[in-house]
Order: sequence, then C-alpha cells, then structure tokens
Amino acid sequence: MSLLEARHVKKSFDGLEVLKDISLTVEEGEVLAIIGPSGSGKSTLLRCATMLEKMDDGDLLYLGEQAAKSVSGQAEYAKTADLKRMQGYYGLVFQNFNLFPHYSVLKNIMDAPVRVQKRDKHEVKEKALRLLEKMGLSDKADAYPCQLSGGQQQRVSIARALAMNPRVLFFDEPTSALDPELTGEILKVIKELAAEHMTMVIVTHEMSFARQVANHIIFMENGVIVEEGTPDHVFSSENARMQSFLGKFRQD
Amino acid sequence: MDLLSIVSQLGSGMLVSVEIFFCTLLFSLPLGLLVAFARMSKVKPIQWLAKLYISVMRGTPLMLQLMVVYFGPYYIFGMRISTSYRIIAVMIGFAVNYAAYFAEIYRGGIESMPVGQYEAAKMLGYSKPQTFIHIIFPQVVKRILPSITNEVITLVKDTSLAFVLAVAEMFTLAKQIAAAQTSMVPFIAAAVFYYLFNLLVAVIMEKIEEHMNYYR
Ligand SMILES: Nc1ncnc2c1ncn2[C@@H]1O[C@H](COP(=O)(O)OP(=O)(O)O)[C@@H](O)[C@H]1O
Ligand SMILES: [Mg+2]
Repeated sequence: MSLLEARHVKKSFDGLEVLKDISLTVEEGEVLAIIGPSGSGKSTLLRCATMLEKMDDGDLLYLGEQAAKSVSGQAEYAKTADLKRMQGYYGLVFQNFNLFPHYSVLKNIMDAPVRVQKRDKHEVKEKALRLLEKMGLSDKADAYPCQLSGGQQQRVSIARALAMNPRVLFFDEPTSALDPELTGEILKVIKELAAEHMTMVIVTHEMSFARQVANHIIFMENGVIVEEGTPDHVFSSENARMQSFLGKFRQD
Repeated sequence: MDLLSIVSQLGSGMLVSVEIFFCTLLFSLPLGLLVAFARMSKVKPIQWLAKLYISVMRGTPLMLQLMVVYFGPYYIFGMRISTSYRIIAVMIGFAVNYAAYFAEIYRGGIESMPVGQYEAAKMLGYSKPQTFIHIIFPQVVKRILPSITNEVITLVKDTSLAFVLAVAEMFTLAKQIAAAQTSMVPFIAAAVFYYLFNLLVAVIMEKIEEHMNYYR
C-alpha cells in the first residue's frame, strides 16, 4: 500500500489553472523530489497534498484511507475527524521555517507532541533532545529562534516535524530562504534522513542534491508533470522543456 | 486650609478614580477581544454590528455616552434610577467605550500575524482554539502592548469624566473643594495625582514590555 496517493489533482486560483491533472504516489521509504521552474505549481501541489489548500478535483489517499475523493468533477473531503487523524501521518517543513518565536527551541519541538498528541512529557523530551543532537543543536535547546541562524532555525523546524513521528515528511524548498553557505547543512540533514529510509517529498531547486537523494523525480511545468522517473532517466531526458530547464541550471 | 487636609479630603476621590480605572480595564480588555472577534467574523451581520458599535463608540464623546448610560434607563424604559447606579453607569460607560478602542487594537495585532504561524500550527495538529490561545495570542499581546499602553494612559485621565455623573472621584472632589475654598491648590493636587498615577502606569507597562523582550 502506498503511503500517499494523489490522483488527477486539479487546482485553480480565480480562474488561473495552477494544477492541471497531477497524479503521484509515494511508497514507504521513498524519496520523491519535485523540480521545475518557479510558478509551475510545486508549492500548490505540496499544499494540496498536506491539505493546507483544498484541491478542486482529485483523489487524495493516505495509507489507503480516502482523505478526498473525486465525485462528479469535484473533490469531496472526508469528515473533519478523519482528516485530523490523517494529518498526523505527515509533517511539513516550510521554506521560511515558521518556528514559534515565543517558544524556546525545546518548547517548539515538544509542545505539539505533548499538547496535541498527549504523549508523555519525559518521553517527548528525550526524543526532542535526541533530535537536537542529531541536528547538531544540543547546545541550543534553551535558545529562542531569533537567536539562531537561518540554517539552525530550519534544522529546528525539521526536528519539530520529526518529533511528531510522521510517516512522511514534506519539504517546500527548505534551503531557498538561506544564504548559500547555509544550504549545505540542511541538505546534509535531509541526506541523513534519506539514509535512514525516512519517506520524504522534497520540492527543491538544488539539482545535484535532488539527483543524489531522490529515488524518483517529478519535473513540473505550468501545472503539469512534463517528465518523471528515476534521477538518471529524468536528467538524461530528451524532452525539450526538461533540457532547457536543466540547461539553465548548468549555466548558473 | 492646609495642603494636608486638602489631600486627605481628595483621598477618597483618588480611591474612586483608581477603582474606575481598574474596573474599566478588567471589563474592557476581555470585552474588546470579543468585539474584535465579532469584527473579524465571517458572518456579515455580526461583522457589521461590531463595526457600527466601534464607530459609534469612537465617534461620539465619552462624556455623552456616560450620560446616555446613566439617564437612558429612565428616558427609554421609564425605570427609576437610584444614585447608587451612578458609579455602575460610569463603569459600564467606560467599559463599553474602551472595549471599542481595544477591539481595534486587538484586530490590528491579530491581522498582523503572519499566516505561516497558523499553517505551522495546523501542520502540527493544533486545534483552532489551541492555535489562538497558545500560538497567536501571546505574540499578539507583545505586538499590541505599546498601543495598549497609550490607551491605558488616556484612561487614567479620562476617569475624570466621571464628574458629569457627579461620581465623587478625584476631579469632582477637586472641583468642589476648589470652589468652596476659592483656591487653585486642589486642582494642582489633582494634577499631581494624575501625573503620578500615569508615571506609575508607564513604569509598569515598560516592565511588562521588557519582560516580553526575551524574543523578537
Ligand atoms: N493563494 C494563491 N492565490 C492566487 N494565486 C496563487 C496562490 N498560490 C499560488 N498562486 C499562483 O499559482 C501559481 C503557482 O504557484 P506555486 O505553486 O507557488 O509555484 P511554485 O511553488 O512552483 O513556484 C503561481 O502563478 C502563483 O501566482
Ligand atoms: Mg514554491
């Protein structure tokens, strides 16, 4: 059974068709990278998959459970309680972190597991400290987000998402708000997670990173999937759009 | 009459002023939040009602509002009004007036919150009330504290408006004593009182702001 299955997703913003019939599946342990020029609908796709945005039409299934179902050309969402449970299957790492500024690093990580998932405080604290160690931030547990660099903040936000024990983790351009010298530390963390077989869906502009870390790559343009497959397949694609997109990156 | 006896006569007025001040804050701060919610409601009639309320409260003199609250029950409903209702009318008038100002401050603060905070909370499974209480509101308080301080300082001075209903607060007494003694001293004493009261308010609000400066 697939962790995530999205079929024929359509989404418009006031008449502008942003997603035109997108389908994808994510298997347990898989790393899916989504690439494409800006404005192609990558964030919208992620926002629809994480239900921050409601799609107009399509099916959305988590672990085989139907979150949304296409009924006569319209997406019909499941009951709120069911959606809430399914939301627990995934986490999202934002481009601009969205840490809670009034909470310390440790509280940022611990608050939701304790308050929302009602897990034991000591268990959660142990887990949070282990995650911070993994992120190389053991000394920052009591710091506040404003005292951290962008790269450190992004690592905290990854730890915050992981503390919820998600089955799949989404990333929306996790490095694009960072100075170039800080992107490396985030990519390293994601590679480590991939090595541990964490299931991930990553929107990224880092082509060589996508190639290294992903099992499957989707290239999107203007709301459609132009090319997809293994990294080798996509990067050696003869497709003209794909070629020109990759060409731009080679020139950079 | 010496300064000491003037001050001691004004003493009971001070207490009344302080009482009006605290009661107003106690009621108008929560009421203002409710009005802010109504003002931001997706239900249009509720939104309009809140808008009308805010615009009337801010668009007419507080002194007039106090008189309406006090005399209204008699002129509109023919109810008998007792003198003990005066202080209550003052508190009601102040609370509903200040609630309108606080509502707009809350609204400004709430609307200034980045949508990313709501989205992060949603992704972590916080319910809407949890999101507001634990994530949004504490940050809003920090943002609006300077505006709240302004209103609170105005309130200290506005308590003197209670004189229109002859409530024996500081200013009412100062006027009476000044008239009886044909002296400026009671007014000067009153001015010093308001000034010191506000100085204290400013110091306390500054302490609270400092206290919240542990994050940006
Ligand atoms: N909330 C929105 N309202 C209106 N238009 C939007 C909204 N979100 C995205 N769009 C539009 O949808 C298109 C795709 O945006 P996005 O999904 O952010 O692309 P990408 O992440 O690939 O850069 C853009 O043209 C963008 O302007
Ligand atoms: Mg984007």
